[in-house]
Amino acid sequence: MDTKRIPLHHIHESLGAKMVPFAGFMMPVRYSSDIEEHMTVRKGVGVFDVSHMGEFVIRGPRALDLIQKVTTNDASKLQDGQAQYSCLPNEDGGIIDDLLVYRIKADEYLLVVNASNIEKDWDWISKYNSMGAEMKNISDDTCLFAVQGPKAAAVVQKLTQANLSSIPYYHFTIGALAGVDNVIISNTGYTGAGGFELYIPLNHAEQVWHKLFEAGKEEGIKPIGLGARDTLRLEKGFCLYGNDIDDTTSPLEAGLGWITKFTKDFVNRAGLERQKREGVKRKLVGFVMVDRGIPRHDYEILDASDNTIGKVTSGTQSPVLGVGIGLGYVTIEHAAPDTEIYIKVRERKLRAKVTKLPFV
Amino acid sequence: MNIPQELKYTKDHEWIKIEGKTATVGITDFAQGELGDIVYLDITTKGQDLAQHDVFGTVEAVKTVSDLFMPVSGKVIEINPILEGSPEKVNEDPYGEGWLIKVEIANPAEAEGLLSAQAYKELIGA
Repeated sequence: MDTKRIPLHHIHESLGAKMVPFAGFMMPVRYSSDIEEHMTVRKGVGVFDVSHMGEFVIRGPRALDLIQKVTTNDASKLQDGQAQYSCLPNEDGGIIDDLLVYRIKADEYLLVVNASNIEKDWDWISKYNSMGAEMKNISDDTCLFAVQGPKAAAVVQKLTQANLSSIPYYHFTIGALAGVDNVIISNTGYTGAGGFELYIPLNHAEQVWHKLFEAGKEEGIKPIGLGARDTLRLEKGFCLYGNDIDDTTSPLEAGLGWITKFTKDFVNRAGLERQKREGVKRKLVGFVMVDRGIPRHDYEILDASDNTIGKVTSGTQSPVLGVGIGLGYVTIEHAAPDTEIYIKVRERKLRAKVTKLPFV
Repeated sequence: MNIPQELKYTKDHEWIKIEGKTATVGITDFAQGELGDIVYLDITTKGQDLAQHDVFGTVEAVKTVSDLFMPVSGKVIEINPILEGSPEKVNEDPYGEGWLIKVEIANPAEAEGLLSAQAYKELIGA
């Protein structure tokens, strides 16, 4: 597959970003230092260009019916200007993708999906669209900047008349920003640091990028790469599709029971309801290293008697805590907080402890 | 890109400074830049006799893990003590304070096969 370029590729190059292939796109992984960028978002404000993400508009009188059928969360609870985290279950107990569902108005929704799954999701949702909802893939016409950090709202506020303090978490407004109309200004993010995500029509994206950096000068705004995005989300225990959740992991195993609503019908509802009744056999947990070491994707998780009880799905050294942290699936007997587990790091068995999320 | 003339290099991005029978080994400026922030040096081979190209440890950056290879055969006689508390020295000063190990060289002839600064520069396209 050809690796695509995001629209502001040239800007990231001129800022000195290291560009790497990710999810089919050349993406900025870091501009200066992963740790520095991580701390900038935790303490100040940074901007991620995550324009690789996919956006689908679902429209028409049956739009909600289609969304209710293919997602696990209950989109009928959404008001105009509200968003929710959800996932697309497959027929076999796994997850096609995780996504955000935005209700623009009663008969118009925006789905935001992972870049690596754009085609897969489109085909999957289309397959269930027997009700004839209008579907439009606007991924190539939309840029997405995530302005994140405790100082993010102050910076974004300088560029819009919309009153940001009146937009609660997981709500949004559509309005003018930096002189560009129809920007979705959404109080969401993947860092746990607070801030806004801005969905911008492609032809005005560069203008908004530059205005953000002018507006945020005082706050020390910086561009942030995908490296820091990964460590930021992991410190908060957020799942990454392809690592912590995939076609073989169920939302209940992944701790996503809170977005799996059996009050409505959806794909594989019966299967997941049965799993809930019978109880899951493994669970995604967070753990902190007790011994010195850094857990990594695919490392084995062992019990005290050296039996394999699971696998690490994400791991790093937490820039805030300075110790190794990770997510992984373990058998249900080992899933309780404070359970001692062991991570196999280069043939050594290192102690770790199951911990409640978030880490930070 | 900093590639000191007086050092020798490997295609795995280690540098080696040979002084008589002992050598100091580290990773290159290019390597530290590719790895990103280094947060842990896992080197437990002190006192071991290792062959050329053997793994003598692992360098862990925030996002990546990479093995470290012996540029020449010999015994690992010292691990840089500063790395335990300050692994970022490898990023900041890869040819100086951020050196990794000292080696007692077993076979001086192996040094002939190492890359010159010029050859290493060509290898990385700098």
